Amino acid sequence: MPYAEKAVKAKTPLKGQPRKQKEPIKLESFSDLIKYIKNFFFEIKKRDIVFPLINGIILCLLMFITLYPVINTVAISFNDGIDALRGNIGLWPRMFSTKAYSDLLTDPLIYSAFFISVSRTVITTILNLLTTSMLAYALSRKEYVLRKFITTAMVLTMYVNAGLIPNYLLITDTLNLDKSFWVYIIPTMFSCFNMIVIRTYINGLPEALSESARIDGAGDFRIFWRIIFPLCMPVLATVALFVAVGSWNQWFDTQLYNGGKKNLHTLQYLLKMKLATSMNQANKANATADAMAQAANTTPITMRCAITVVSALPILLVYPFLQRYFVTGMVLGGVKG
Amino acid sequence: MIGAANKNVQLHPKRKMGFFKTLGRQYQLALMSVPMLLYVFLFNYFPMWGWLVSFEKFKPKQGALNSKWVGLENFEWLFGRADFINAIRNTLAMSVINLIFGTLSSILLAVLLNEVRSRFFKRTVQTVTYLPHFLSMVIVVGMAQNMFSADGTINNLLISAGIISPENKIFWLGEKTLFWPLVGVINIWKEVGWNSIIYISTMTSIDPTLYEAASIDGAGRFRRILHVTLPGIKSTFVVLLIMNIGHLMEAGFEIQYLMENALVKEYSQTIDVFSLRYGISSGEYGIATASGMFKSIVAIFLLFGANFIAKKLDEDTLI
Repeated sequence: MPYAEKAVKAKTPLKGQPRKQKEPIKLESFSDLIKYIKNFFFEIKKRDIVFPLINGIILCLLMFITLYPVINTVAISFNDGIDALRGNIGLWPRMFSTKAYSDLLTDPLIYSAFFISVSRTVITTILNLLTTSMLAYALSRKEYVLRKFITTAMVLTMYVNAGLIPNYLLITDTLNLDKSFWVYIIPTMFSCFNMIVIRTYINGLPEALSESARIDGAGDFRIFWRIIFPLCMPVLATVALFVAVGSWNQWFDTQLYNGGKKNLHTLQYLLKMKLATSMNQANKANATADAMAQAANTTPITMRCAITVVSALPILLVYPFLQRYFVTGMVLGGVKG
Repeated sequence: MIGAANKNVQLHPKRKMGFFKTLGRQYQLALMSVPMLLYVFLFNYFPMWGWLVSFEKFKPKQGALNSKWVGLENFEWLFGRADFINAIRNTLAMSVINLIFGTLSSILLAVLLNEVRSRFFKRTVQTVTYLPHFLSMVIVVGMAQNMFSADGTINNLLISAGIISPENKIFWLGEKTLFWPLVGVINIWKEVGWNSIIYISTMTSIDPTLYEAASIDGAGRFRRILHVTLPGIKSTFVVLLIMNIGHLMEAGFEIQYLMENALVKEYSQTIDVFSLRYGISSGEYGIATASGMFKSIVAIFLLFGANFIAKKLDEDTLI
């Protein structure tokens, strides 16, 4: 009741107000000016453009802050090495040079690192998708007797882990996976979060699809492979992105297990080593003098930025195409199972 | 006809079958899931026996079973060390900073995006702000180094704004009191867009008639945000908050490890970095495992505590 009354009250004066109340303003006296300004602000308030304007500016600023370091890194990587040590490079290289890239591309290590990075990413992603989606399907079947038990065991892994040293001992001592390529693949074959994302998606598919196949005599493998798996493509694209990015960005396993094997280094690890050296330089008290002295033979900053660009490029290229999938995937997966 | 067929192929048999008989009929599902179960046991649960090491003076050559048993000596040693106490403090401080400012900033971003009318602009902002989430921490720290170095953009900006003079530039990366805020800023930069996704999607599911009703009642934009949008995301907020409390011991490892240097070590070393340093770099496996185990146990308590609170608040539980 009061609600309706209010609505009526609020609406009537608006309707009753004639729109063309404005007179042509004559700026003859000071009070006219005040009136004009007042009127101006009233108009702005009425049309509600202040907030969208400020909002737009804030969001543009945010985009700028997000993109600035990325563009800055690209700019530095294309700058002349010694000149870059003076700092103060903005969005454009000051002295253009591709020396960092040509140096980088003559280093044979970068090719093997690129190859290792690509192959670990591809293999991990494919295996991960198969195993995780299969498990997700099995755990989406309500009639499955082990469902509760396995789900609990899986979900707990998100919160509890044995810790760094026991895992290290498992991989080096028990399984002898270190100093091999397989240490990149085998320990990272499963992620509970991704499983939950896929399972939630499968739960949202109409039950009738698999039921009719079952009536036609299809087993669970066939239902999964022929019906569920193809239907899951949008969510699988999301998960593939997560897994691929996670695998591509990983550097710590290289350091732990393959630090001594140069032919198994990944791009991210090369970058990490470059970063460590420059980190130490940057924090010496006489940083600039030191760096200047070194600049004669090496160009650590441009080189580091060039590797950064090379190792970020694949993600930057793939990301916009998968972007439309992952938001839905994320939302469907929700925060929990 | 269909109904009759359905009756023959019952999915949920009314008659109680034995567990193994049912499992036998579901062998295909079992084949799909049991290998992964074994995998998880091997890689996630089996290593927990390695916690034994934390009660030992572990020598890799002798193995965990033959090493000398020292009881709680490792733990006593740990809690007598100032750098371990510092590591606990740093871990908690950085994850609390992350939790508070990360959540606030992502809610703010979600609210601002929710007010944007133009779909194109909204999409663009989202695409751009999600991007850093996909960059590795190595790359992000490298960029942060460009920004925050002595001759970096931030210092130049401050100089041209007249806030600091060119003679006393701020050594952002070498100032130990600045380490926590710096990590907070970098984490927010990296994750704010990504973390806002869940809030944005919750906001889009708010009933639009609520906004209309509020407008008719005379609520302006800020009132609508305050009384419709924010209450609309309350339950998501609570669930995420509780979940994050379960993760409070995970302050992150990469960023602290990558940004560490001798000058800031006192404020940068987290428990994970501590156990890496003692375990793998110096070979003190017992001590490192003890510190990791301490972390896991506190995490378990936090998780169950958070779950308990969730139950009390009548939200969905986590496990």
